[in-house]
Amino acid sequence: MTHSQFELLSNQAVAACAVVYFLAVLAHFAQWAAGRKVEEPVEQPVGVGAAGSGTPLAATPTGPTTIDEPERMELFGRVGLSLTVVAAFVHFIAMASRGLASDPVRVPWGNMYEFTLTGTWVVVMGYLLLYRRYSLSWLSPVVTSFVLVTLMIDVLVLYTPVVPLRDALQSPWLIIHVVAAITATGAFTLGGMCSALYLVKERWQRKHEADGSTGRGYLARLPELPVLDRIAYRTHAFGFPIWTFAALIAGPIWAHYAWGRYWGWDPKEVWAFITWVVYAAYLHARATSGWKGRSAAVVALVGLATLWFNFVGINFFFGSGSQHSYAAPEPVAVVRTLE
Amino acid sequence: MSEPTRRPATGYEAPPLRPGELARWSWRQLTSMRTALILLFMLALAAIPGSVVPQEAVDSLRASQWRDQHPQLTPVYEKLGLFSVYDSVWFSAIYILLMLSLVGCIIPRLLVYWRGVRRRPPKAPRNLTRLPQRRVYETDEDPDVVLERARALLRRRRFRVEVVDDAVSSERGYLREAGNLLFHLSVLIVLVGFATGGLWGYKGGVIVVTKDSFANTLSQYDDFRAGALFDPVKLSPFAFTVDDFDVTFIRQGREAGMAHKFSAGLTYQASPSSQQRETRISVNHPLHIDGTDVFLISHGYAPHLTVRNADGSIAWSGAQPFLPEDSTFRSFGVVKVPDASQKSGSTQIGMEGEFYPTYGFIKGKNGGPFSAFPDAKNPAISMLAYRGDLGLDDGKPQSVYALQKKGLTPLKKADGKPLRLDLGLGATATLPDGLGTVTFDGVSRYVKLQISHTPGQKIALGGVVLALIGLLGSLFIRPRRIWVRARRDGGRTTVEVAGLDRSAGGDLSNEIDALTASLRPASTTPEFPEESS
Ligand code: HEM
Repeated sequence: MTHSQFELLSNQAVAACAVVYFLAVLAHFAQWAAGRKVEEPVEQPVGVGAAGSGTPLAATPTGPTTIDEPERMELFGRVGLSLTVVAAFVHFIAMASRGLASDPVRVPWGNMYEFTLTGTWVVVMGYLLLYRRYSLSWLSPVVTSFVLVTLMIDVLVLYTPVVPLRDALQSPWLIIHVVAAITATGAFTLGGMCSALYLVKERWQRKHEADGSTGRGYLARLPELPVLDRIAYRTHAFGFPIWTFAALIAGPIWAHYAWGRYWGWDPKEVWAFITWVVYAAYLHARATSGWKGRSAAVVALVGLATLWFNFVGINFFFGSGSQHSYAAPEPVAVVRTLE
Repeated sequence: MSEPTRRPATGYEAPPLRPGELARWSWRQLTSMRTALILLFMLALAAIPGSVVPQEAVDSLRASQWRDQHPQLTPVYEKLGLFSVYDSVWFSAIYILLMLSLVGCIIPRLLVYWRGVRRRPPKAPRNLTRLPQRRVYETDEDPDVVLERARALLRRRRFRVEVVDDAVSSERGYLREAGNLLFHLSVLIVLVGFATGGLWGYKGGVIVVTKDSFANTLSQYDDFRAGALFDPVKLSPFAFTVDDFDVTFIRQGREAGMAHKFSAGLTYQASPSSQQRETRISVNHPLHIDGTDVFLISHGYAPHLTVRNADGSIAWSGAQPFLPEDSTFRSFGVVKVPDASQKSGSTQIGMEGEFYPTYGFIKGKNGGPFSAFPDAKNPAISMLAYRGDLGLDDGKPQSVYALQKKGLTPLKKADGKPLRLDLGLGATATLPDGLGTVTFDGVSRYVKLQISHTPGQKIALGGVVLALIGLLGSLFIRPRRIWVRARRDGGRTTVEVAGLDRSAGGDLSNEIDALTASLRPASTTPEFPEESS
């Protein structure tokens, strides 16, 4: 296949996987719509042998009012999950052929379109890998619709035809740095979803406690707050060292070779640092009484906001002010003085 | 299932403390953790302005442009240190406070840890039912047999084990706290490395036209920033000549005109007495000369111009670097001719204008000259000329990229309009009033190099690597305690297995189950799980 055929393949694969994600979103919405009619699962003591990782299986209701609904839920859930697996595979083809489309062949991480394409894939993969371990079926509608929307924005706003990598990006440290940064971003994004759900459920629970009613539907089926908090913590704790590596080790080493300084307080670096500090604060917050739970979840979302702002905002708002901007030429700053 | 264990606010809890002590100790910890948390937020907030306001140290050109555009805000910003946020008093204050808090927090924890490391696992609580994870079964075996087997099993699982009375106490995961302490200490190491580079290092930029040379002395730099403790005598005495410069421009697609694969050929000597060597440097591939690095940062054009007096003698000739203004390499530059002559005697000439590597012209009101492509396919320059006093003699340093127009008057055409010199390659224009001629002889490329010496890089790198290792330990090692108690109870032995996971968000149930399963001989009464929250 020629390079331009690969480019075409990549574009078609992006479109195809978006369609499949869309179907997955529909399936998951149908799943939770069916779930509205089903009574909340009854907490059962879990036997020794059945003890999983300690997360209640919110998606396996045990006290059905009607016989078909839980089955339908389960069916739609399965369909959604299978569709997501298929979509992730097509998504991968889109990414890989993007790299193959370039002459010379390169890693598909040269501009924001490609970063987003890969980042969303990492989010999906993280979700699929953790699906069983944390019984993530409650996260499915959030993940699939997030990925669908992000991919749409990516194609509509950020699309760039394939071009070779600019010189500064041609370094093995690019691969290391970008892989780490994207992986961490994926983990933080998943963690942020859990933290957001934590906040939503917490509010919802307080409301219901206040009026003494019991809730139903999607929020009722979310895991208990401590479980949400724990899953959020674990994903963040996974992401944080990777981010540390990406932003504070691989990034500076690469910057040293590319620009002659390992840390220059360039806007992109400033925001990577801010993100790091905020997530360090998140880890501290979880260990500080009075900051647990709600406040920690808010801090996590602030962290995610700085992370995304760095990714999107810096390129659009700061333009050539950042050496990491992938559009403008590098500024030449010289003031020679004649004595 | 059970709630996750809520840990105390501290990373490490020294087991038996009297209530008064415990309260004081936790209070101290709590307050300092809060302080640390608040300082971390302040650090994050304080870093923001530096990404919004152009920083002197990052991009001095943009910083000075910003100053010109905002005359009212500039003095205020200057007072607040907003052009160099990361050296400012308030930013430094925050991180110094944070470091103090860090030291104040780490030292007591180091002591606590030091005592804790060698301590035996704590005795089993009298009432194991209070623990978050607990399993119970009955057996006919003798309690001692059960305890001995539990001891062996736990030892094999690398627990530290102690048998006291009717129970086995065990603990593992001591390294978590060590990892946490290592992480926090390493933050200090990184800071030391960073500060070393800041205080003793230097970073300079220089534009070198191809075929020209550079020797590493202060006077040769265009811009130079050094740390407070830097000593210019320590500049390593290397020199080099830029032999050539190669670049390829992308010709199609959205990024057409993007320069790539650029590299410069250098002939260098590490010191005046050492051998000459040749090398090529490119982006991501700097030249290292004994502790100093030479980086290729960017490139541009230096048109060759010659200014002749009316009598044909040369008043000025040379290649003058023009600074690129956009990605088409439309570039701006200035020529200063301090010794020109006119009919009435000597004068000075200044010219400023633009260089277009591939000249194009759009007619009409909003049109004008532009560069169609960044490669030098059809180079041309367009400049305005002035005569008078260039202001070179008042002793103040002056930028070679700007004209001081105070003492200058624009040259006019016969019709009174300002004289614009539009020159294609090889063309000559005549200046009015017998000032002579200007010739555009040719174009060279120049490279912008950054030369930097950053001591402490290895310290900083070592620091972050250690921090990362510590962090991994701190996040993923799970400190936990397991107790097994066996008691004779009416002819049968009741065995209790219970555990406490002391890490954030830990969950011991799997481990307790596995341990119970292997502890229990095949033929005992069915176990019944028992949990409490
Ligand atoms: C430069 C500033 C600091 C940074 C970047 C930082 C970062 C971190 C990180 C990433 C963790 C997570 C590791 C874990 O959860 O085990 C952590 C934990 C911790 N930090 Fe800091 N820290 C800083 C300053 C401080 C200070 C000043 C204190 C003293 C009050 C402190 C006390 C602690 C404690 C007690 C833990 C353990 C929390 C736990 O076990 O979950 N840190 N720190």
